[in-house]
Amino acid sequence: MELAFYLSGLVAVLATVGVITGTSPVHSVVYLIVSLIAVALVFFALGAPFAGALEIIIYAGAIMVLFVFVVMMLNLRADEERSPLWRQPIYWVGPSLLALALLAALVALIASGGVEKAIDGELITARGIGLTLFGPWLMVVELSALLLLAALVTASHVGRRNDPGHSPASRHAPDRGDTP
Amino acid sequence: MNGIPMEHGLMLAAILFTLGLAGLMLRRSMLFVLMSLEIMLNATGLAFIVGSTAWNQPDGQAMFLLVITLAAAEASVGLALMIQLYQRFHSLKLDNVSRMRG
Repeated sequence: MELAFYLSGLVAVLATVGVITGTSPVHSVVYLIVSLIAVALVFFALGAPFAGALEIIIYAGAIMVLFVFVVMMLNLRADEERSPLWRQPIYWVGPSLLALALLAALVALIASGGVEKAIDGELITARGIGLTLFGPWLMVVELSALLLLAALVTASHVGRRNDPGHSPASRHAPDRGDTP
Repeated sequence: MNGIPMEHGLMLAAILFTLGLAGLMLRRSMLFVLMSLEIMLNATGLAFIVGSTAWNQPDGQAMFLLVITLAAAEASVGLALMIQLYQRFHSLKLDNVSRMRG
């Protein structure tokens, strides 16, 4: 269990580094899928198999496939943002130092917390989660349904395809109902 | 076998969150910004799971479900905005949109 936790945690960190330093969009998306699957293995090692399965099904299976579809639809090239100034150290030293300072603060806080809890891999089944969700958390489930409905309406309105014949200047013509 | 210390799980979540934040500040392409947001949301969910398994309570995993719901909603709206950005500017660089006023 410990070996699975540390090994998949290392894989997750390395794959995430691959995501944020990659130049090809497709490679970065695939690295992110690897990172999400490694985090799902961390969940399995911690004793949360329902959360691990959900991570694979929803995150790696649905959200990242959506990313892959959009990358394929837009037909992005690898050198979309390989501008010469992105490689210069002045552009990545500042954000990296800020992120390192935040990481140092977080690690110092966690290390000085003194929680002294150990995770012994006791399983939390889907039954307990379902009883929690549909018992005391029922209002939150309804609110998340509202959130998903709002996201559905927003995505279908914003993401509709414009008429390719129109130039961007003439887009404010009456276009209330002209979606093909 | 005495288990994994809770601090190690939280530190893994902190490292992933910091990597996502660094990517968010570093990259100027909207695709990478969205992916960095996904990394940060995922690290938050990992922290919830670690807390849930450390205390043997299912509430953290219910919260993880809500985090996944939020991530799905954010990804769908963000990708729709990204398609619009690409159709109007034929590029994904967010610096192109910085001249938008009002």
